Amino acid sequence: MWAFIHKLGSPKWFYTISARLLPWFWAAAALLIAVGSIWGLAFAPADYQQGNSFRIIYVHVPAAFLAQSIFVAMAVSGLIFLVWKIKIADMAAAMMAPLGAAMTFIALFSGAVWGVPTWGTWWMWDARLTSMLILLFLYVGVIALRGAFSSRDSASRAASVLAMVGVINIPIIKYSVDWWYTLHQPATFSVTSRPAMPMEMWMPLLIMVLGFYCFFIALTLTRTRSEILRRESTKRWVRELAGEGG
Amino acid sequence: MRMSGTEASVGKAGPATPSHREPRGGLRVALHATFKRDLTLLMRRCGEVFNPLVFFALVITLFPIGISPDPELLSTIAPGLLWVAALLAALLSLDSLFRGDYDDGSLEQLLLSPQPLAALALAKVAVHWLLTGLPLALMAPVLGIMLSLPAGSYLVLALSLALGSASLSLIGAIGAALTVGLSRGGVLLSLLVLPLYIPVLIFGAGAVQAAILGDGITAHLAILGALLAVALMFAPWAIAASLRISING
Repeated sequence: MWAFIHKLGSPKWFYTISARLLPWFWAAAALLIAVGSIWGLAFAPADYQQGNSFRIIYVHVPAAFLAQSIFVAMAVSGLIFLVWKIKIADMAAAMMAPLGAAMTFIALFSGAVWGVPTWGTWWMWDARLTSMLILLFLYVGVIALRGAFSSRDSASRAASVLAMVGVINIPIIKYSVDWWYTLHQPATFSVTSRPAMPMEMWMPLLIMVLGFYCFFIALTLTRTRSEILRRESTKRWVRELAGEGG
Repeated sequence: MRMSGTEASVGKAGPATPSHREPRGGLRVALHATFKRDLTLLMRRCGEVFNPLVFFALVITLFPIGISPDPELLSTIAPGLLWVAALLAALLSLDSLFRGDYDDGSLEQLLLSPQPLAALALAKVAVHWLLTGLPLALMAPVLGIMLSLPAGSYLVLALSLALGSASLSLIGAIGAALTVGLSRGGVLLSLLVLPLYIPVLIFGAGAVQAAILGDGITAHLAILGALLAVALMFAPWAIAASLRISING
């Protein structure tokens, strides 16, 4: 088991192993997202209150799921990098960060678009929206800190520390924003207690969430592979690989 | 304070008569020396102590000018304004927390010392709070009068700021330690630190708000204390790790 993990930590091994896994994840992501979006957008029944505008949750909810999961994944990778000095973990963390920020933005944007017909406004200082916005700032901070260092090793370690500090803070921020919301805003509508969804609406959502996760894994693997090639471009096995290709 | 009676008496004797039991290099001596050194350094550069206070007063002056001088309106937004302005003032002073030590190399000496870096960093943060957070907390009620903050909330304002700014100093020191090696770290520092300040702001301003509305303030202050306890537990390690990264890079 440990030997396997150590082998996985070596860029060359990771490169060969991930080449085998990659097509499966891409295929699963494409299939799940295609099925989920066609089912969700075309066949799922319209909501009796919100009409067709509810269908945006098929993008909104998976994006929001990923936005939070990616930050945790980034912090775990950072921990692995700091403790065991496994470079792959840091490369993966570096590649995840922009995707996580993009997902947070998509979740916020799709929420705003959904808010116009439903709430009549683009933005509400709702607890969930606010904590998502703060999450976006945390992502931007990690990305900016990584970009600010000239030495890659310092950048990696600094970004890992910040990701871990952030992940400890996310639950605290989330809890305090919930508190703040209940304290300052009268609950005119409830986003938290969504009416129980019927099966025909819920199934495509589940498929979309799974599809987004597969997409995240596939994209991170692909980007990590190119990052390996970039960082290890002076190593012999990379040169041989390039020689064979060209 | 985990000192036994005898140790405490030795500690009180202070650095003037060197401790007999730990002739050299004891943690307590090192903590005391770091604390005293930072305190002396900051006291000699009065400007750095006063600048955040002046900044605080200035920002508070901007709001009535920018929004409205109406006392009724001001009194409703005063708790939030005072807290946000104090938070920004504390943030402003963070960049210099490790900057001077980094430039003249004494930070490297701290890293090389046999004492745990986390404890020494804690001493530095304590000085920062003593000369930034505490004065801001003491000054806030005066500015509160100018914003016609309702009576009865002044003590809570000072208390919540004193408690909260300790957490702000601890959390901010992580950001300061991460960016100390960068030549233009100032804006980046605020980008890193401000999202992490939000819980403290919520409960700090909430305490003042609750005092005005006549609700119980103990819950807010207790949570501020809890945030401080968590920050005290985790932040020194994060500061130490960040300082190591900044020095080695």
